[in-house]
Amino acid sequence: MAEPVLEARGLRKVYGDHVAVDGVDLALAPGGSLGIVGESGSGKTTVARMIVGLTRPTAGTIAVCGRDRSQPARGTAERRRRAREVQIVFQNPYASLDPRRSPADALDEVLRLHTDAGADERRARIAELGELVGLDERMLRARPRALSGGQRQRVAIARALAAQPRVIVLDEAVAALDVSIQAQILNLLADVRARIGVAYVFISHDLAVVRQIADETLVMQRGRVVERGPTEQVLDDPRDPYTRLLRASVPGPGWRPVRRGAPTTGGAT
Amino acid sequence: MSAPLLEVADLAVTLPVEGERRTVLHDVSLAIGPGEALGLVGESGSGKSMTARAVARLLPGGAAVTGSIRFDGTDVTALRGGELRAYRRSVAMVFQDPRAHVNPVRRIGDFLTEGLRLRGVARAEAARRAVAALADVGIPDGERRLRQYPHELSGGLLQRVMIAAALLAEPRLVLADEPTTALDVTTQSEVMAIIDELRRERGLALLFITHDLDLAAAVCDRIAVMYAGAIVEERAAAVLHDDPLHPYSAALAAARPAVDRTLPRLAAVRGRLVSAFEAPAGCAFAPRCAHAQDRCAAELPPLRPLDGGAVRCARAEELRGRLAPQEVAGG
Ligand SMILES: Nc1ncnc2c1ncn2[C@@H]1O[C@H](COP(=O)(O)OP(=O)(O)OP(=O)(O)O)[C@@H](O)[C@H]1O
Ligand SMILES: Nc1ncnc2c1ncn2[C@@H]1O[C@H](COP(=O)(O)OP(=O)(O)OP(=O)(O)O)[C@@H](O)[C@H]1O
Ligand SMILES: [Mg+2]
Ligand SMILES: [Mg+2]
Repeated sequence: MAEPVLEARGLRKVYGDHVAVDGVDLALAPGGSLGIVGESGSGKTTVARMIVGLTRPTAGTIAVCGRDRSQPARGTAERRRRAREVQIVFQNPYASLDPRRSPADALDEVLRLHTDAGADERRARIAELGELVGLDERMLRARPRALSGGQRQRVAIARALAAQPRVIVLDEAVAALDVSIQAQILNLLADVRARIGVAYVFISHDLAVVRQIADETLVMQRGRVVERGPTEQVLDDPRDPYTRLLRASVPGPGWRPVRRGAPTTGGAT
Repeated sequence: MSAPLLEVADLAVTLPVEGERRTVLHDVSLAIGPGEALGLVGESGSGKSMTARAVARLLPGGAAVTGSIRFDGTDVTALRGGELRAYRRSVAMVFQDPRAHVNPVRRIGDFLTEGLRLRGVARAEAARRAVAALADVGIPDGERRLRQYPHELSGGLLQRVMIAAALLAEPRLVLADEPTTALDVTTQSEVMAIIDELRRERGLALLFITHDLDLAAAVCDRIAVMYAGAIVEERAAAVLHDDPLHPYSAALAAARPAVDRTLPRLAAVRGRLVSAFEAPAGCAFAPRCAHAQDRCAAELPPLRPLDGGAVRCARAEELRGRLAPQEVAGG
């Protein structure tokens, strides 16, 4: 692959005596798209947080555009550059937005911080970003509390795009959207990638969505990568037993929910 | 269906926004019997969460409600004091966003056992039941989890804590707002199987809000589709996906990506979504509908019975059988 835009080696994170991430390697080509799927609690968000610098790895290295960022940034300029290069859209659209600030103000702040656009240009850019993710003027002026879950998530995506990053980490970014808006956002993400060559790390529990957006996919279980490969291969011909179980659990015609663990209610603990 | 446990009729809700009243729900009617599961799907912002919150009597301040919400025959819109508390014990809500509905400085254990303790269960027994409930939702190391704070849990773990809390309350009705979106599909399967069991064994009724039509089809008896504050179709879960009666339901089915093949492009619905308060006089979906005619913009049709379900589309009979998902996807 071309010089990777993002490369992580031996990533590890320990909380107390709990190993949340246990030796994860990953590489992302410029304009590439990497899916991460797997068990709930397997360390996907922790990996995402380490990539964007919100959580410090216990061990391992992370480089973006060839520059190491395993150590905390020194100085404002360095911090700002790191923030611009990698943006994140969180799993949870509620917590990630400032409740006192309208989406337009939030976008304006990002544009002021990361670009040298003047007021008029910023205003135009905000309208354009709103249009891009399907937020109208009224929604752009609303308080986050008055927006539905899916509307807030579009604000978060617009904010990530505003900084014109090299990598966007999307952690369950489309899970809160209805399928027609989700289709719109997935098409949009594909278009933006084709147009400006931004790369994605796309974390999701929805294997169909991952298939649509990611060229390569990692499968995580208990802090480790248990399988990796081209997305179609991982989904159509899973090798690892956990990947097979995951693939078999996707609802579809004829599917019924099943309980694997022994029932424990009322049992001795 | 036996006498419904929950019966919502002509529900409308307005909220005060910047000094004016804004409609968020304008016509919602639905019924759920004991042991029954009704799926609620639809556009983001169409009012699914508001519907659940209205039933749970947890609407934002200043909300004005018309229509009726009956639980076990009693209208709950006017309940107060002790009666309201008793009602709330029969109805459990699993919120769409657990992190916003849990106190960040309280341990998981206190959160899970609080209701049991109020009901007079001894501390050790309450903890034992909480650990068992966590094991039920696929969290084996319950004792450790009880000592943790919400920020120490992943999204899916916290969501399961919420489901465990709802089930520990032994409610008669669960309002589950996207309860499994933060879960991996294997865990989702387990959690849904537990809810299935409770429905069969204890007659638990379920309102299940989701964006996953395949999941709703598998775990629900019927599915209601919402658009701009109103229900536009209600059908048996088994037929909605393949034989939708409303063009919006068909568009939803067509927009879904597939796990077994990669599509060149997804079939998004053209046009911009509308909120209930800005919906035009006629059918709210008409501006985006490939099948709309002049009369669709003139008048909003009522939800009327058709093919064993109900639909709110003036052209439903004519379009019957022509809305299969493949056709829309190609169009
Ligand atoms: N701040 C923290 N303190 C202690 N433990 C933590 C902390 N953050 C995460 N963990 C633990 O690390 C593990 C991995 O969590 P993470 O959020 O990365 O999982 P995930 O794969 O994103 O799960 P999900 O699919 O449910 O979002 C979990 O067991 C979680 O409880
Ligand atoms: N506190 C509030 N004040 C005013 N309007 C609100 C408030 N909360 C929600 N709304 C509006 O009410 C409408 C319905 O919101 P609701 O949360 O029920 O949507 P939803 O169908 O659950 O959507 P999603 O699938 O995105 O969760 C939305 O248009 C939203 O903007
Ligand atoms: Mg996560
Ligand atoms: Mg909602």
